[in-house]
Amino acid sequence: MSRRVHPALWIWLAAGFAFLYVPIVSLIIFSFNESKLVTVWSGFSTRWYGALLQNDQILSAAGLSVRIGLISASLAVVLGTLVAVVLARFGMFRGRALLSGLATAPLVMPEVITGLSLLLLFVALEQAIGWPSGRSALTIIIAHTTFAMAYVAVVVQSRLTGMDPAIEEAAMDLGARPSKVFFVITLPLISPALVSGFLLAFTLSLDDLVLASFVSGPGATTLPMVIYSKVRLGLSPEINALATLMVAVVGAGVVIAGVILNRAEKARQRDEQMALAGDEAPPLR
Amino acid sequence: MHDKKPETLVIEPWRDPTAKPYISLSHVTKRFGNFTAVNEVSLDVFRQELFCLLGGSGCGKSTLLRMLAGFEEPTSGQIFIDGQDMAGIPPYRRPVNMMFQSYALFPHMSVEDNVAFGLKQDATPRREIRERVAAMLALVKLSAFSRRKPHQLSGGQRQRVALARSLIKEPKLLLLDEPLGALDRKLRESTQYELMNLQDKLGVTFIVVTHDQEEAMMLASRIGVMNLGHIVQVGTPTEIYEFPTSRFVADFIGSVNMFAGQVTAEGSHFVRIAAPDAGCTIFIDHGVAAPPNAQLWVALRPEKINISREPPANPAENCTQGVVDGIAYMGDMSVFHVKLDTGRMVNVTRANLIRHAEDTLTWDDRVWLHWHPASGVVLTI
Ligand SMILES: Nc1ncnc2c1ncn2[C@@H]1O[C@H](COP(=O)(O)OP(=O)(O)O)[C@@H](O)[C@H]1O
Ligand SMILES: [Mg+2]
Repeated sequence: MSRRVHPALWIWLAAGFAFLYVPIVSLIIFSFNESKLVTVWSGFSTRWYGALLQNDQILSAAGLSVRIGLISASLAVVLGTLVAVVLARFGMFRGRALLSGLATAPLVMPEVITGLSLLLLFVALEQAIGWPSGRSALTIIIAHTTFAMAYVAVVVQSRLTGMDPAIEEAAMDLGARPSKVFFVITLPLISPALVSGFLLAFTLSLDDLVLASFVSGPGATTLPMVIYSKVRLGLSPEINALATLMVAVVGAGVVIAGVILNRAEKARQRDEQMALAGDEAPPLR
Repeated sequence: MHDKKPETLVIEPWRDPTAKPYISLSHVTKRFGNFTAVNEVSLDVFRQELFCLLGGSGCGKSTLLRMLAGFEEPTSGQIFIDGQDMAGIPPYRRPVNMMFQSYALFPHMSVEDNVAFGLKQDATPRREIRERVAAMLALVKLSAFSRRKPHQLSGGQRQRVALARSLIKEPKLLLLDEPLGALDRKLRESTQYELMNLQDKLGVTFIVVTHDQEEAMMLASRIGVMNLGHIVQVGTPTEIYEFPTSRFVADFIGSVNMFAGQVTAEGSHFVRIAAPDAGCTIFIDHGVAAPPNAQLWVALRPEKINISREPPANPAENCTQGVVDGIAYMGDMSVFHVKLDTGRMVNVTRANLIRHAEDTLTWDDRVWLHWHPASGVVLTI
């Protein structure tokens, strides 16, 4: 089924790939540059990686970002799943439309507005009840949780509505109480959605600059904030090295996910062959 | 129809006015908003019956079943199982299990764990669970597949897992929603026998929902025919087929030729009905509780009509004339489409008893149709 491809198409394809990958590739190449000038190549070196490991500001910001990401993603998964279950399984109750709208508002709201409103909320809360005292990692976690929860709710809800409701009913029919049904049947079945919801929430938190800028206080500086402030003072090869490391981590993640999915697909095909052979088995009786 | 064991033939608890029903529905109605899915259903089902709910798609069969299982509460009316009012009792406390139309197997559990699920909910000792699951899997011939996941099974095997899972708790009542609907024809036929044998062996009361009238006729001790949320007739397969009480049932079960007419003469054990469409006055050899000139219908099954080139030998038979307009050869029998002299089309079936009949009827043959005075069913609604 090979078709002759017009040479012009190859050129377009190459242009497209170049557009997508040349910036990243040049970033990686220049992270190994000897020179301090980001645009002049003077020889291969890994000195910027060494410098990165010495840079406490970047390391602690990276650590903070990862911690905020893990905590807010965990919270977002729990809260988002609760919202999704209520929306997908509790039928038509009073206030459903309101909950649905509230839960998904952060998806369409400009981040600047979300950030601003959260900041106002925190300030007002501090004046009223004294909590949260000042802006800190805590306020970033709260902001990221509200934001990412909406994404988790959408992902989990679509998984729940795609599931045959009879499966949960069957469990209940066989004597399992609703709470048991949730933990033994529903949760395992939506676990893929929980994992992807968690990863989505974690990524959203990790690369968020806007919300964090609004609600962070002194001493709570996330990695994107550090990168942004450094770059504003001028490009540095150290940041190139940092970016290269991030690309490497993300790239590895994508490759591993691809391999796992590929294996699962092969297993599924094998299982289908097995199932097809089944009806030729000797009949009952 | 299959051969029931003699004792079940003799017992027929529904004919015994003192028999206590096992499942009893009294004026059960279910509304979804303005829409009435189940309407004033009253029904008694007896112990060890295999009761079929038969009706077209959307007539409320599944809704009725779901109310028995406890997934829906009736809008009004009561449901009793073994004398106990089921109002407010959640599904996980009812002595009832259900086999779902989609099978609803737990996709993340092996066959074994699927079947064991019900027992695990009751804190059954682990040893006992293992033994009972093994016995149940042997019963449905799935022992070799106990470690497989549902997606590694064929449709027929999945159906048996679903059956085993719903039987493992030895429920008083098993509800089956279109249990054979997803199987192909050959498999469905053999599975029908298996289902009947299993029910016989375990003595569990079955309520089976189906839209397939042949399946209902074959399986059921009694059939409840449903239409638009109502149960329109309850009876044994023979009663439903030979003695329908309404045009809907006569038409829904099997095929039928329906003639509208009016009583012209009546006595205590006969009635004559003028049916302009039939081209004759139909003589019925039993009395009919209808006033003269009332609008009536005579339902005639295609296999109850004789077709021949000669007039009937017995002058007592009803007869009319027509021309063969079409023939459908079905192998075991042929369906003749006969155009009566009145212009009305009538279906007549004839068993193909002889492999190579000499005088086969053919297109455009002029024929006599005749039938016994007891063959027509008189319907008033
Ligand atoms: N939860 C529900 N909400 C609204 N309408 C419903 C619901 N369940 C069933 N119905 C309606 O009730 C009617 C009967 O449904 P059902 O009992 O499933 O029919 P069937 O005889 O095909 O099993 C259908 O028209 C269906 O649309
Ligand atoms: Mg149904």
